Amino acid sequence: MKLQQLSLFLENRPGRLGAPLEAIAAGGINILTLSLADTAQFGILRLIVRDWEKAKRILEEAGWIVNLTEVVAVDLLDRPGGLAAALKILEGANLNIEYMYAFSLRRDDKAILIFRFEDPDRAVQVLLDHGLEVVDADELMRHVPE
Amino acid sequence: MLKELWNDAEGGFHPASAPDFLPPAALREVQLRRLRAVVRRAYDHVELFRARMDERGLTPEDIRTLDDIARLPFTVKTDLRDTYPFGLFASPMSDVVRLHASSGTTGKPIVVAYTREDVEVWSEVMARTFACCGMHRGDLLQNAFGYGLFTGGLGAHYGAEALGATVIPISGGNTDRQITLLRDFGVSALCCTPSYFTHMVERAGELGVDLRALPLRIGVFGAEPWTDAMRAHIESAAGIKAYDIYGLSEITGPGVASECAAQDGLHFFEDHFYPEIIDPDTGEVLPEGAEGELVLTTLSKKAMPMIRYRTRDITSFITEPCACGRTIRRMRRIGRRSDDMFIIRGVNVFPSQVEAALLAVEGTLPHYQIILTRNHGLDQMTVEVEVTPEVFSDRIGALEDIRRRLAQAIEQILGIRVDLRLVEPRTIERSQGKAKRVIDRRQDS
Repeated sequence: MKLQQLSLFLENRPGRLGAPLEAIAAGGINILTLSLADTAQFGILRLIVRDWEKAKRILEEAGWIVNLTEVVAVDLLDRPGGLAAALKILEGANLNIEYMYAFSLRRDDKAILIFRFEDPDRAVQVLLDHGLEVVDADELMRHVPE
Repeated sequence: MLKELWNDAEGGFHPASAPDFLPPAALREVQLRRLRAVVRRAYDHVELFRARMDERGLTPEDIRTLDDIARLPFTVKTDLRDTYPFGLFASPMSDVVRLHASSGTTGKPIVVAYTREDVEVWSEVMARTFACCGMHRGDLLQNAFGYGLFTGGLGAHYGAEALGATVIPISGGNTDRQITLLRDFGVSALCCTPSYFTHMVERAGELGVDLRALPLRIGVFGAEPWTDAMRAHIESAAGIKAYDIYGLSEITGPGVASECAAQDGLHFFEDHFYPEIIDPDTGEVLPEGAEGELVLTTLSKKAMPMIRYRTRDITSFITEPCACGRTIRRMRRIGRRSDDMFIIRGVNVFPSQVEAALLAVEGTLPHYQIILTRNHGLDQMTVEVEVTPEVFSDRIGALEDIRRRLAQAIEQILGIRVDLRLVEPRTIERSQGKAKRVIDRRQDS
């Protein structure tokens, strides 16, 4: 029920984002979605890819430090209040969201959001208990282009 | 001629300066007498020194000429650390009237001690330093060296009082107030680190105070290396004469050597501090005029005699007589050191101190580099640390936290603010030989 996310440390200066992206592109790996968190000094690039093991190996061989984190993909109704309702559930269960970002892919009337929780397993349980749809990695991959 | 050079309003020299003009033969006689006494004193009261003499089969009686000093063992900075805090004292605490301390190589400070007589000698050599720089009774000295454990503040304070000048003990910092007093009191002389004065000059400009229009005529600068280009800038921007002075806590603090009106090398007050220049690799004494490491012996220190202390500062003797008429020897201004220590804002820093802090936080030593820059006259220290898998996290907060902890650990050891930057792996240059840990860009600006 969880996705593997790759994170990379980047210095916050021109040209730093291109190098790791080129490295995984050369390995034939398509990025399903990404998010970039930054401070004045440095940033963290977070990636979701189909073959994360290969991507991790390519990046590490090229000298990057890669962090592997489990994140949760949640299907939300793509209409006003869709996200707010989900957040209310998480808040009610006292689940702390470290960060979140939207998946680039949308299906039907749904939008997919990626959540990073302190406790992903409990988060998945809470979401399911409240009738929300947690997207399985295999299922997600079926919907994205090769 | 001398009167003109010294700008002495009272038409004479301060009596304390008399030893500066001793005929060489008389000076050597004083030095030999004092050397024999200090070797005897150290041998009798300092265990480490006695053990090293015994190892070499030497006794104090073996020192018959000044050249025999070369037979004596060296003292190095780690000796002070190893015997921390009081192991090198040659006087009982009941005779010690003052302690000072400075940073050491692993965070342990280095402690130095003074008897009443030591404080008097220190005051005398600092009075001679100020006289060398053209000050006299009637001058108003703004002492912007830090007061406290650092020897700069109190050393300059006692020396200026001994000279008969009026001391304004403002200490370091609070630049706007410094400038106000400079102007309102009609200050004629000022002492601080050269980088702090550069900052003061800049701030005065912002405040619309023209230092050139003030009575200030003498700047006495020390505690960190500075260039002739900086001197030219300071002198023209502030309308003063800027003098370089030299000293180190282990020997006495400021007051070991000073420039004179000629501004061509620094005179050693060598009736109290005996200088030698050695080959830093072999330890051999070099011929007069050759460049090497400065080694100093305190000839009159009571509480903490230093025998052949290796300063790690690289310089050479100037063999020609000085235009000012002083007979005491001169050295060229110090531009570099034989180890990797650097001085920032008057604080001695060894890369090993930074390493100890990084190690304490991370558990293993990451690749790092220290970059020194000068911004608006103020020295800035940046430490770049490569991110390691152990500390890397996908959360910004966790990285910010490690960054803050690294900076705090370094600041706690050094006592100065650092700019800590996390950088990508393998971005700090590796060289085949010794890693270049320190990049000093302060001369560029």
